Amino acid sequence: MTAPPAKLASLQQTPSQTVGPYLALGLSWPDGPFVVPEGSAGAITIAGRVLDGAGDPVPDALVETWQAAPDGTFAHPDDPRGAGPAWSHGFRGFGRSATDPAGRYRIVTVKPGPVPLPDGRMQAPHLDVSVFARGLLERVVTRIYFPDEQAANDGDPVLGTIDADRRGTLIASPEPGAGTGVLRFDIRLQGSRETVFFDV
Amino acid sequence: MTTDPPTTATRLDLPSYQRPAGVHPPLDTPAYRSTLLRAPKRRPALLPQGLTEVTGPLLGAERVTAADADLTGGHGAAPLGERIILTGRVLDSDGRPVPDTLLEIWQANAAGRYNHRVDDHDAPLDPNFDGAGRCLTDSQGRYRFVTIKPGAYPWRNHLNAWRPAHIHFSVFGRAFTQRLVTQMYFPGDPLFAQDPIFNSVPDPRARQAMICRFDLSVTEPDWALGFQWDIVLRGRGATVFEHPEDHR
Repeated sequence: MTAPPAKLASLQQTPSQTVGPYLALGLSWPDGPFVVPEGSAGAITIAGRVLDGAGDPVPDALVETWQAAPDGTFAHPDDPRGAGPAWSHGFRGFGRSATDPAGRYRIVTVKPGPVPLPDGRMQAPHLDVSVFARGLLERVVTRIYFPDEQAANDGDPVLGTIDADRRGTLIASPEPGAGTGVLRFDIRLQGSRETVFFDV
Repeated sequence: MTTDPPTTATRLDLPSYQRPAGVHPPLDTPAYRSTLLRAPKRRPALLPQGLTEVTGPLLGAERVTAADADLTGGHGAAPLGERIILTGRVLDSDGRPVPDTLLEIWQANAAGRYNHRVDDHDAPLDPNFDGAGRCLTDSQGRYRFVTIKPGAYPWRNHLNAWRPAHIHFSVFGRAFTQRLVTQMYFPGDPLFAQDPIFNSVPDPRARQAMICRFDLSVTEPDWALGFQWDIVLRGRGATVFEHPEDHR
């Protein structure tokens, strides 16, 4: 790691601006949804809709996800534990999906392992999510937790800070009739069931 | 500061990133009408910066070719419009360069029309201009694009509303916390005063940070005007603990 300059200059940060309605022009990747290669064993699909305050779909949004590998590691120099083997087998950790005209997105991935906080407390398996859209001047950040991890979710130090009646907006749900490999996670930007968003 | 030997550490020494105050526009900006049904109404919850947040995708080398940084190429002829060179650095607010990070840009053509099915502005498409490019910063955080200056275009936000000429920029940085999507504007644009998106940034100094500057030293004789624009992401705190009670 490079040392900071001797005199810490504090430069003016560049402000965020909206992605606007034409984001797909610059940010669409054909392989964007695939955190793991298409057809990987054990892959799960997380799919849902981005909805506005009127309950209408947001057709010009982009959903990005970032997560640990199944062993809880990250292929990144700031993970002091190092990267596990999944990272050398096509696991990308990152997913990206622009919404379609019905506001739908989907990510194809595998469940991450639990990830410790710096103080050693263990977090339940989760994905960090950025949502960009026309009408959002800055991204909003949320998390996706897993419905089959109830014990880990109950002990999760982040979920524990959220009012119990809103915690459910952060937990994906099994998609009825879609089999075990499909989870649903809708993102509601406003309304009585507004998704919990985070200041990161 | 001492560092525990890894064998005994149950705690992780992780970098932390500043939480910017007063830099970004408020999500609730009614003058930009699309925010009305989309900006969340509730206060965001504080997310501690753990491994998921201080890491991020370090990708791009396999996704990018040198040709992707030239938006004027790849077609039978050159696009119409004023050819420009756009270069600068990606830094963090402590002044550290951010090397090897993926930049993605998209923009309207010289007539103010996007090559996108939703754009119905009555201005011509240019068969020689797609309007999207990407590159990786080099080891010093530098990037360089060749493109054409985009045109201003009308939108329906308010009566006689026009967007100032701009190029959309998406930057990953090295951590989830640093992810940024913004717009770069051109100096002296007469449309700034009436644009609620540009003016959504409350601090005038921060607004200026979205405007590139003309640079004769980047300009190439008999070929293209040159502009400089640096992108500054969140810096790292020094040794900052997330919770005041969290002392060793």
